[in-house]
Amino acid sequence: MKNEGESSERPDNTAFTQQRLPAWQPILSAGIVIPGFLIIGLAFIGIGIGLFLTSQTIQVLEGPVFFYYGLSNYYQNFRKYGVSTDYYQLSGDTQYFKSPQDSCSPYSYDSQNKPIVPCGAIANSFFNDTFELYQIINGTKKLVPLDGKGIAWWTDYNIKYRNPTLVNGSLANAFDGTSKPLNWPRPAYELDLTDQNNNGFLNQDFLVWMRRAALPQFRKLYRRITEGDYAAGLPAGNYSLTVHYNYQVLNFDGQKKIIFSNVSWMGGKNDFLGIAYLVVGSLCVVMSVVMLIVYAKFKFSEDDV
Amino acid sequence: MSFFGLDCVRKKEREVERKIRANDREYNSTFKYATNSIKTSKYNPFTFLPLNLFEQFQRIANAYFLILLILQVIPAISSLSWFTTVVPLVLVLSVTAAKDAIDDINRHRSDRKVNNRKVNILINGKLTSDKWMNVQVGDIIKLENNQFVTADLLLLSSSEPLNLVYIETAELDGETNLKVKQSLTVTGDMGEDLGALGSFNGEVCCEPPNNRLDRFTGTLTFDTQKHSLDNERVLLRGCTLRNTDWCFGLVLFAGPETKLMQNCGKSTFKRTSIDRLMNVLVLFIFGLLALMCIILAVGNGIWENQTGSEFNNFLPREENTAFSAFLTFWSYIIILNTVVPISLYVSMEVIRLGNSYYINWDRNMYHARSDTPAEARTTTLNEELGQIKYVFSDKTGTLTQNIMTFNKCSINGKSYGDVYQQYSGERLEITEETTPVDFSFNPLADPKFLFYDHSLIEAVKLELPDVQAFFRLLALCHTVMAEEKKEGHLVYQAQSPDEGALVTAARNFGFVFRSRSPETITIEEMGMQRSYELLAILDFNNVRKRMSVIVRSPEGKLSLYCKGADTIIYERLHPSCRKLMEATTDHLNEFAGEGLRTLVLAYKNIDEDYFSEWKQRHHESSVALEDREEKLDELYEEIEKNMMLIGATAIEDKLQDGVALTIEQLAKAEIKIWVLTGDKQETAENIGYSCNLLREEMNDVFTVAAHSPEEVRQELRDARLKMKPSTEPNKFLVPEVILGNTPKLVQDESVEGEYGLVINGHSLAFALESGMELEFLRTACMCKTVICCRVTPLQKAQVVELVKKYKKAVTLAIGDGANDVSMIKAAHIGVGISGQEGMQAVLSSDFSFAQFRFLQRLLLVHGRWSYLRMCKFLRYFFYKNFTFTFVHFWYAFFCGFSAQTVYDEGFITLYNLVYTALPVLGMSLFDQDVNAGWSLEFPQLYVPGQLSQYFSKRAFMMCVLHSCYSSLMIFFVPYAATYDTARADGTEGADYQSFALITQTCLTVTVCVQLGLDLSYWTVVNHLFVWGSLGMFFILTFTMYTDGLFRIRPSSFAFVGTARNCLNQPNVWLTVALTALLCVLPVVAHRFFSCQIAPTINDKVRNKMREMKEPAPRPRHPRLTRRSTRRSGYAFSHAQGYGDLVTSRRFLRRPATSRSTAFNSAGRSPGFKPTGRSAGYSPVGREQNPKQKVEPTSLQKFRTVIDSSF
Repeated sequence: MKNEGESSERPDNTAFTQQRLPAWQPILSAGIVIPGFLIIGLAFIGIGIGLFLTSQTIQVLEGPVFFYYGLSNYYQNFRKYGVSTDYYQLSGDTQYFKSPQDSCSPYSYDSQNKPIVPCGAIANSFFNDTFELYQIINGTKKLVPLDGKGIAWWTDYNIKYRNPTLVNGSLANAFDGTSKPLNWPRPAYELDLTDQNNNGFLNQDFLVWMRRAALPQFRKLYRRITEGDYAAGLPAGNYSLTVHYNYQVLNFDGQKKIIFSNVSWMGGKNDFLGIAYLVVGSLCVVMSVVMLIVYAKFKFSEDDV
Repeated sequence: MSFFGLDCVRKKEREVERKIRANDREYNSTFKYATNSIKTSKYNPFTFLPLNLFEQFQRIANAYFLILLILQVIPAISSLSWFTTVVPLVLVLSVTAAKDAIDDINRHRSDRKVNNRKVNILINGKLTSDKWMNVQVGDIIKLENNQFVTADLLLLSSSEPLNLVYIETAELDGETNLKVKQSLTVTGDMGEDLGALGSFNGEVCCEPPNNRLDRFTGTLTFDTQKHSLDNERVLLRGCTLRNTDWCFGLVLFAGPETKLMQNCGKSTFKRTSIDRLMNVLVLFIFGLLALMCIILAVGNGIWENQTGSEFNNFLPREENTAFSAFLTFWSYIIILNTVVPISLYVSMEVIRLGNSYYINWDRNMYHARSDTPAEARTTTLNEELGQIKYVFSDKTGTLTQNIMTFNKCSINGKSYGDVYQQYSGERLEITEETTPVDFSFNPLADPKFLFYDHSLIEAVKLELPDVQAFFRLLALCHTVMAEEKKEGHLVYQAQSPDEGALVTAARNFGFVFRSRSPETITIEEMGMQRSYELLAILDFNNVRKRMSVIVRSPEGKLSLYCKGADTIIYERLHPSCRKLMEATTDHLNEFAGEGLRTLVLAYKNIDEDYFSEWKQRHHESSVALEDREEKLDELYEEIEKNMMLIGATAIEDKLQDGVALTIEQLAKAEIKIWVLTGDKQETAENIGYSCNLLREEMNDVFTVAAHSPEEVRQELRDARLKMKPSTEPNKFLVPEVILGNTPKLVQDESVEGEYGLVINGHSLAFALESGMELEFLRTACMCKTVICCRVTPLQKAQVVELVKKYKKAVTLAIGDGANDVSMIKAAHIGVGISGQEGMQAVLSSDFSFAQFRFLQRLLLVHGRWSYLRMCKFLRYFFYKNFTFTFVHFWYAFFCGFSAQTVYDEGFITLYNLVYTALPVLGMSLFDQDVNAGWSLEFPQLYVPGQLSQYFSKRAFMMCVLHSCYSSLMIFFVPYAATYDTARADGTEGADYQSFALITQTCLTVTVCVQLGLDLSYWTVVNHLFVWGSLGMFFILTFTMYTDGLFRIRPSSFAFVGTARNCLNQPNVWLTVALTALLCVLPVVAHRFFSCQIAPTINDKVRNKMREMKEPAPRPRHPRLTRRSTRRSGYAFSHAQGYGDLVTSRRFLRRPATSRSTAFNSAGRSPGFKPTGRSAGYSPVGREQNPKQKVEPTSLQKFRTVIDSSF
């Protein structure tokens, strides 16, 4: 027999090459699975109860109240609709003001062949109804102040969207040589006539609209009710809502909705999670009992290998 | 050489008869016979690229990705970037092409090497040295000693007396002994006369090229006379000329038409059964893909018609709904292409490569004595090793070491050879520590001979007459040649290793056979030289099963010494031996029980008068023209009568280490072992018994040895009816449905009890004919063991092909010699025994190692693991990709069938590449259900692999269903959880980007947890991969959604801010947890229940392993107790041959000049080995051991002169 030194061909004796790496070898044994199911089940039931109760509390119109508009049968998630935008433009790159990206087509140029800014189908279909909410106290209408600030994502407002650099201190000049989207009544720099800073691509309503929905049924935040007498919620009473109807939905069988709601730590009102947790938790508990019975009945003997 | 290698296609009409005129190239060239150049390469520099690409794109997957790529560059339907497909595709293609190129360069190189070998050709009466490839049919060439035979030759003349030549055919048929060929006298007379040879214009008319190694028919017309030609006159390519200075031959068949090349099976690209299954599955997946896309396209059409057209206000689109649906179809083809991910094939190759390295690295498959590690030469077949159902093994060199040792003997009713404990009398096992008998008293002893029983040497020293007679017989009764280069340095040349072992035993015990002449045998008896007059050799043949010599001692006493099979000798013993017979029979049974080959020795003193009368009759018979054989047999029968029993010998045909244990293990794993050997039936059977293939407990061992097709069929049928009396004739055929080209399969039939089948080459040839092959296969497959003896290399391949064709089973062939090459190539897996002289088998094998016993580790450990890992990999891989893809399908119903992806494009690119690649790779490289020790402890663990239980169409369907369920969960739980909801601050929470991120997270976490569940062996690496990938998902997600990247390329990183706005929401995490558990818990429950209610063998072993905290089963070395009463027919493994030469009426005398060079004694270990299984001739050109020089055997130290006097 040769010794190690001579035999050059002898493979190395390492745990890796000899496939002897130390390892944890878990087995789905009864001792793990049955208690596991039980624990998961109980934990889920616990979480489920918590979620369900939280969801139930949302019903009351306590402050701050959020004012949503909802659209249904509206396919913001249609692929060609989704790609029909120009992020270069929207981040304030004036080069793309002159020649929008192809993806915006057919909303890139207007009939005079002027580039449209902001281009694309999403921007063009911007929801432009406006609402006014009044509380009717003793027959008189009291305007409920609506807060339009901070209704878009912070990242959208601060990072993703940027207005073009002002030209001569004016946003309007920066949009020189461009055309407004076809459906818009006013150009982008005049979206909010009341607040100069809420214009251009940084208009909060515009930002909310541009964050397109995942599903054809969606709601979008319109305003928050955080001020004055209504900061703690909408008191019970009669209200009237004035709708400035601009946006056509009937022609595509859509519907519009107005929703007032508040939120909890787990977001908007949605009972699904709570109920799902309760159901799954209960099933797990039931399953662990079934497993115990099966285990007791079928436990195979070790000798029959 | 044709440009595209099309010459094989444009086959000229079948040759019926071959006509050759010697030395007439012009005449011969009219027939367009193949020249001697061979071509095994596939490409040349110009054809490489097109041919190779063509071959590669024949793989469905590659073609598919090419089509996909084309689709992706069409803007109207492109839903994903084109480079996601092109990069991996180019990578895969170029790696494969590089590998093919290297392989082909090597083939070119070896072709060139073999084609450029030099040989002397006789052209215009002059010898010119030329390349092999220039040799043409009809040329006369001169071969020298130790040269490879260039082509199939008709032997014309030789340097040796009687125009004999000696050749070694080991590379052709695996037989190690030298063979003798003899030329016709009419051509032999030309000798070395170049003039005569140059003007030789004989015409040969012979059979067309074929692969029968043992047959040749033809005629030579020369000088208006016709001479018939047979196999005796032909030297085949692949043989090596030995002990012959030179010879001349006429080329009959050249290059690809030689019998060797005709015997080399085509080398085909091997694919594993998983590969084949994958091809079917890939087709199925394409179907599924098409179906999904059609559904979605129809959906799109309907949607466009009903909803979309109204939506036109916001998005003007294609008016034609049918065209829109058509485009949608292709868009979805691109999006859903991840059902057949290109990384699947790359990953599979990586896994196989990794598992091949484990084989190379395994120290338990490293053979220290020859310093040979195991080697996975093909790295694409690993998982097939876990599915082997049939093992076809060669015998010599694979199961046996081809070394015979004289182990035991029985002399005059006393048994020698065992070692007993001095006091208790207990029998001791012979180990390396046991002291062997010291033969130093005998200067002529062979130092390599080992014997452990000291009582025998004492008996010799006491000069007990029986013992002396015993060894005297062994020293006299044989056909061995002795050679004494130096004084006292004896080398024996025996035709069979058995004989050599016996003579060597006698030599060590003081009865040294020193030399022989045709008339005398000189031996040294206890230091005293005595010369016996050799009067007759009654040679061995298959019927007689014995051989005898008649000698006259120096004292003038006439004796006949005989050795042979016990049954044969017992019939011819003198009645007075009865008592001794009983004792000897006991010993014989004991020897046979240990698997030794036994021979019985007897002698007889002969009366001088009787003998001279007998000799006279013998002479008359031997010149008789009619029934010479029968007459001689009668005479032999007459004199071999009333013999006196001396004793018996027991020879061990040394098995390779651990063969019996390995075979036992493989049998437990329900692997059927067929031995295919060129050896004769008795030897093969004997080995079958000694390595536990055939067992005494077997209900029956059938022997098929018939001479006509009808008899063979009858014997096969009888055997089958005996095994299973009620067999319906045609019920065993099941029609094969898929891929119609295999018409039928032979089903496994279960049989009560264990049976063995032994079939010889003759019968096998009939059995393999198309009419009978099913009959044969059916019978053979009912038997536990099948032994085919006297088979040619091609028959070996045919047997393998037969099983491959009609059995849905994976086959493995293992062998060590060139004669095994065709079988190794034919089988699904070929294994070569490495570390020996010949490299032929290794070169064409897929795996190689030094010892047969490593086969159990290769199969039961590496193969099983590889298979398990590959199957786990595939199941998981399909699961994760289907789940990934099906989510798109569900989403389509909510996005107007617009080919909108659910996920962000970055995630789609990275999902297979980064997030899920390493964990599954880690699983398929490290996973073990049970460790190696347990795998060997329970060979039954191998069975699921044979039945393809871990991955099959069924398992695949389960994957699809499982994915369906998971994808539904992954889509609808986030759907429901985000429906009409918002973030905790009231802002958008159900937008597309958040939804995408939530489903992405759910998906990644789910597949990760699922992997954790599948992983049964968590090494550090696995932890690293699993947690690392999960971590990587979050890190990369956050990175991709940062402002920095968005600034660089807003359109590609439009998800900016989504991660931080979404993943800080508690309800998102609750959704992820719910989804993951909903996906995984049913699986856990299912596994738990199936493990409790119907545990598989794996479950059982794993459970057992867990209970025995110490997971290291001890390696076992059980001593195999074989109790067998079966004895070998006759131990000799050689055929009739030398006896004739020694005694024929040819006078042998020593040559005047002795050719002397130091002889490398051939033996390697205790035992006797005549000529090593030698030297490889390699048809692809590689001279494996050019150093080996074989010296002339002593046989040729005699010049023979024809002498009519006896």
